[in-house]
Amino acid sequence: MEDKNDKIVIIGNGMVGHHFATTLAAQTDNNADILIIGEESRRAYDRVHLSELFADKSPEDLSLGPENEYENLGINVSLGTPVVSLNPNARQLTLADNTRLSYDKLVLATGSYPFVPPIPGNDQPGCFVYRTIDDLDAIRAAAEHAKTGVVIGGGLLGLECANALKNLGLDTHVVEFAPGLMGVQLDPAGSDVLREHIEDLDVTVHTDTATQEIVASDTALTLRFANGHELTTDLVVFSAGIRPQDQLARDAGLEVGPRGGIVVDEHCVTSNADILAVGECALYDNRIFGLVAPGYRMAEAAVATICDRDESFKGADMSTKLKLLGVEVGSIGDAHGSAEGSLAFTFNDPVKNIYKRMNVSADGRFITGAVLVGDTESYDKLLQYYLNKLPLPDSPESLLVAAGEANTLSADLLPDSAAVCSCHNVTKGEIVGHVAGGCVELAELKATTKASTGCGGCAALLKSVFDTELEAQGIAVDKSICEHFPYTRQELFHICQVEEIRDMPTLLSKHGQGLGCDICKPAAASIFASLYNDYVLETKHVGLQDTNDHMLANMQKNGTYSVVPRIPGGEITPDKLITIGQVAKRYDLYTKITGGQRIDLFGAHAHELPLIWRELIDAGFETGHAYGKALRTVKSCVGSTWCRYGVQDSVGTALTIENRYKGLRSPHKLKLAVSGCTRECAEAQSKDVGVIATEGGWNLYVGGNGGMRPRHANLFATDLDDETLIRYIDRFLMFYVRTADRLQRTSVWLESLAGGLDYAKEVVIEDSLGIGAELEAQMANIVGTYQCEWKATIEDAEQLKRFRAFANSDEPDPSVRFVRERDQKRPARSEEIINLAVKE
Amino acid sequence: MSEQYLAASYLCSVADLVPGSGTAVIKDGEQIALFYLPSHEPCLYGIGNYDPIGGANVISRGIVGDHGGELVVASPLYKQHFSLRDGRCVEEPDITLPVYPVAIVGDQVVIQD
Repeated sequence: MEDKNDKIVIIGNGMVGHHFATTLAAQTDNNADILIIGEESRRAYDRVHLSELFADKSPEDLSLGPENEYENLGINVSLGTPVVSLNPNARQLTLADNTRLSYDKLVLATGSYPFVPPIPGNDQPGCFVYRTIDDLDAIRAAAEHAKTGVVIGGGLLGLECANALKNLGLDTHVVEFAPGLMGVQLDPAGSDVLREHIEDLDVTVHTDTATQEIVASDTALTLRFANGHELTTDLVVFSAGIRPQDQLARDAGLEVGPRGGIVVDEHCVTSNADILAVGECALYDNRIFGLVAPGYRMAEAAVATICDRDESFKGADMSTKLKLLGVEVGSIGDAHGSAEGSLAFTFNDPVKNIYKRMNVSADGRFITGAVLVGDTESYDKLLQYYLNKLPLPDSPESLLVAAGEANTLSADLLPDSAAVCSCHNVTKGEIVGHVAGGCVELAELKATTKASTGCGGCAALLKSVFDTELEAQGIAVDKSICEHFPYTRQELFHICQVEEIRDMPTLLSKHGQGLGCDICKPAAASIFASLYNDYVLETKHVGLQDTNDHMLANMQKNGTYSVVPRIPGGEITPDKLITIGQVAKRYDLYTKITGGQRIDLFGAHAHELPLIWRELIDAGFETGHAYGKALRTVKSCVGSTWCRYGVQDSVGTALTIENRYKGLRSPHKLKLAVSGCTRECAEAQSKDVGVIATEGGWNLYVGGNGGMRPRHANLFATDLDDETLIRYIDRFLMFYVRTADRLQRTSVWLESLAGGLDYAKEVVIEDSLGIGAELEAQMANIVGTYQCEWKATIEDAEQLKRFRAFANSDEPDPSVRFVRERDQKRPARSEEIINLAVKE
Repeated sequence: MSEQYLAASYLCSVADLVPGSGTAVIKDGEQIALFYLPSHEPCLYGIGNYDPIGGANVISRGIVGDHGGELVVASPLYKQHFSLRDGRCVEEPDITLPVYPVAIVGDQVVIQD
């Protein structure tokens, strides 16, 4: 950094601008004053997955980073007002509202704009482009009264757009001027196979078709083609490529390329030393890099430039793998085999409609490019051979036809410089370094390096490199739960289920060794409870229970307990509130409202717990399981009953859900919520299971988390009726209970599932494992055998003995002392205890 | 045992103990955590109930187990392990809990005077 508090202004709040700003702000040596200016009114979002807005994603789902990220990083933001002029000499910008801003360094991340071919009639109502969320909103609105939609452009973006139109239920046509689809990335044979796939999906493809004119009638648009044909449609979307958005730079006199693009050097500096350019607006080595990964690399190089570090961008590989309309397509390097002497291996499966081509150098030693259509399983391996110039194996054809495991490249072959994850630029060398540094968990590796958290395409390779490295460094990954069992929690769960083991001595003698410990005992207790729902304080189980389960209350720092009665959905009558108040007064308990819409009563001595609970149970309360790895709360807003905006009865549904799952023991605590409309006042998207009302029913979210490791929940299913909602939650929770590790919240569990969220959806929604009915039956058993543990406890004279402080005295623990603060008691600190003793 | 019995004081009855778990007793102001492991020899252990790390009388409410073959209890506050035989803390060997000479005689739990 040259000066402290340099003013850095970024124009463009797209993916690359965002990446630049957040990367720069996160530099520890950075004291810059950062401002990012976006033309759109929205914060940066994921443009790559735009078409998913018409499937199951909301605009918020596409947002990049958490909502308060800029605030947390100290980045200033200006949205909705474009920059209209730039004066490099004065280092000044003018916004559309005439605001003038000065800068020390300016970064242009203005991206690109959609190219609209100069066809007469291309600007009338019914004609759209496909670039922003606002564009999509306009298309969606027009599609409401439309039957047919035409996309002009059969390239990557055009087909992505066709997918969007199809998702909107339109009869979809793709019109392409060139002879084949995706002509840049695919060879003609690959193009043909792709076309067959797409036509199978009822998308009509017109290639070799030039549109000459678009004519409007009262009700529709007619496309007139050069070949004399016509096509009538309700709407037209132009998606015929992009052009660099370089107008501002052009007007300011910066050097631009003959076909557009702001010329930059390898440090992303433009012809003006104080102005940098990154992403799709920048032209490096006469090329535009229109993919997000190279854009990110440019942003990182630009950050290095600003921070006076030597890191450069010297071009990027434009290989790509994607799913278009559900069809897998991959293109690597020189796809057309246009290099001199290039040789090609091809593979055709006419039954499954798969085409693969691998281009090799004239000497037959290296891969120079590849095309994959219909099956991209071999993409990662081919790409590594290509990028790292690995010599071809003895039978190169095996690279095209191998299936399954054989498609994962042996990690040994890769040099340390090989990029395993190209989205986040993680090399094999970095992974090796992390393993050497003590990382033995794949999830931890992903969290620290971000590897495989972008497109996820490298998951198999990442695991292979990671496992190979662990093995090479002689690290055996022991998944045993503890020294007493050579099994994971999941395996123990299955053992107990299959062999119907119901107690710890049997489990230890049959499958373990020793006495057990504070790891396996609570885990076993939780498994028995999830499977059989026995009373947790039965003699055979009592010694297994962890600190809080042991006394059915939450131990606090001074050894006293807190008590939390269940208040389902946060709904409580005045009479019950009065009871809680009376009990708290009688036993002098400190009271506090919890985040889960309940009331916590602190400072109870062990011997007081049964007395307190007798009063609470007499007033109709049940245990809240605040002490258990179990269902805690189902938070709710008041919903349509009271709220002017509510669309469903969220409290009623929260009550149904809480009463259904109360008492369910699980690998970790479970928190749920139900919101009555999309305003989401119950914060359901931060819960393990979140339910949000829609006009048509309920949207179900899973895997959210607050606390130490916040995670936004994923949308799991939409517009469910009450019955389906419960069925999915039954299956989801029981699948989690069965397969998660101990103390693993649903958020981490989801991420650790091979296949992640999609896999969970397959199991729960599509019942891909055929265990749906079993999961439901298991849950029905838990629901059917529910009992309030505190009710059972106070009715059992033997149990009550356990709640005395001492077996030989009825007195409470004399060492526990309290003082008063803000009209309530609190545990005395050690120096206060000494003072109290002195006074006495 | 008979000599010991003569020189010992009654603490509680065996029925007050929970097999595989802990129970606290108080003797002359001192709090003792008793652990009853019926399948072990000896089957009764007594160590201090005060957890000096957490600063509260809670040891009797911890989970009993073995750690590399040694009988231990995990403090319910911050889960450090203490040996039932000599009171030593596994994680912080400088910390040791007092050990009490307790035994079962007939249906009584006693402590040597």
